[in-house]
Amino acid sequence: MTTAAAPKRVELDYAGSERLTMNMGPQHPSAHGVFRAILQLEGETVVDVDAVIGYLHRCHEKLSETLTYAQYPSIASKTDYVAAMTSEFAYVRAAEQIGKIEVPKRAQYLRVITSELQRVASHLLWLGTWCLDLGGALGGGATIFLYCIRERELVLDLFESLVGARLLYGFYQVGGVRYDVPADWVKTCRETVDLIDSRITEYEHMLEDNPFFMARVQGVGVITRELAEDVGISGPLLRGSGVDFDLRRAEPYSSYEDFQFIVPVETAGDCFARYRVRMVEFRESLKIVRQALDRLPDGPISSRPGLKSVAQTRIPKGEAYVRVEGARGEVGCYLVADGSAKPYRMKWRGASFSNLAILPHIVPGHKVADVVAIMGSVDPVFGEVDR
Amino acid sequence: MTLDQARTLIGQQFATAQIEAAVEGGPVVVTVSPDQWTAFAAFAKQDLRCRFFSFLTAVDWKDAGLELVVRLDNLDDRIGLMMKTKLGPGVSECPSITPIFRGANWMEREAYDMFGIRFAGHPDLRRILLSDDWEGHPLLKSYAVDTPHPPYR
Repeated sequence: MTTAAAPKRVELDYAGSERLTMNMGPQHPSAHGVFRAILQLEGETVVDVDAVIGYLHRCHEKLSETLTYAQYPSIASKTDYVAAMTSEFAYVRAAEQIGKIEVPKRAQYLRVITSELQRVASHLLWLGTWCLDLGGALGGGATIFLYCIRERELVLDLFESLVGARLLYGFYQVGGVRYDVPADWVKTCRETVDLIDSRITEYEHMLEDNPFFMARVQGVGVITRELAEDVGISGPLLRGSGVDFDLRRAEPYSSYEDFQFIVPVETAGDCFARYRVRMVEFRESLKIVRQALDRLPDGPISSRPGLKSVAQTRIPKGEAYVRVEGARGEVGCYLVADGSAKPYRMKWRGASFSNLAILPHIVPGHKVADVVAIMGSVDPVFGEVDR
Repeated sequence: MTLDQARTLIGQQFATAQIEAAVEGGPVVVTVSPDQWTAFAAFAKQDLRCRFFSFLTAVDWKDAGLELVVRLDNLDDRIGLMMKTKLGPGVSECPSITPIFRGANWMEREAYDMFGIRFAGHPDLRRILLSDDWEGHPLLKSYAVDTPHPPYR
């Protein structure tokens, strides 16, 4: 009788020298969209990350070649759907620059007001979802999320009464804006701005007085200035890494030179620095809205009202790269016009695309839990990453 | 450094580069030949201190071939630089500038994905937005908008 061979004993290696591949996404709640990060782990520490994007690709650039300058702006809002106003803004400004189309002062101010309100709404969603991701450390996490959503709804109410839509607007047109403000809108807007302003301080106390929050964001995900510029991150990320660059002040457009505001800069480059930059931006945006409401000029809202035919939408031959300071940074539109009513080529420089490209450079060396904190502090919107 | 100094420096270092006429408030627009592409990118980073990598893309000029466009910025002196190169008819190969600007990594992958440009020296050239089994490069003008892609239409 032969005895069965003793089962081979498997020695488990607890020293952490074996690498584990972990998929984070594409359906991970902290990704704020469809994003897959393939993490190589040694124990709890990330040693390598491969970012897989493209799940939300809708061929915006190819599509734009088939749509006229009057049709595309409302599609443009679907690139960065969390800050739809600024996405439209980049496109119409590019067309206006090539076509040398004037924009009336009132329209410029309305664009500033809506862009800044949009920045507030976008930052509110960022703050809420980021803190939700940080989760348990914030006493359940959902508290601040619900507070932020409550305030964001007020901004969306304003947009709804102005445009008729809450998320995707189609408000900007080549030559101006589509609608003038309804009666009492300015008054409601002022009240909303004051209310949100008073609540920002509450959030700051809730978070910064919480040692768990501070422990999870301070010193995590440090981006040096050299790396920041080399990868091309922009907006709050760039300013959190010590670069004093804001397009609203560096190359003022749409009458931004009329307004007084501070461009916050932090030098630490960590998650907390990016958080601080955005918290100051809240107040500065509200400040700009107040100034614009105070001085809102009278006059037409578009230099090309009532376009009737495709021929009227033609833009002369030329090219331009035009960028605006969106909630996430430099939203750029590189437009090549061939004299017809449709662009020959249009390239979106989505702020989120470049911002997300920083992940493989900063994530390695952090724990898995920090990946969530870093992702949230980058604030990517996948509509803009994948276009 | 001022815009004019930047233009002069480019003219001195790259005699064959075509510098477009200055536009008020606009960037310096320079076209170099493909074999000078990486040298010019390194020069822009070192000497013009254009360290901010904004974007890289391509334009399909049909019979005239592909043109690469890169936007760089000197954030301290507020100098914008558009550097371009014409690859020529039928050519879809170009040296990679990823070793110079890390931000070019994803942008070159996107240009490969959309235009089929093979960047020599790129560390990880694969599709980025489309799936790996996608056929063709959609932003080429020869790629029709309604090109079928089974099982989708």
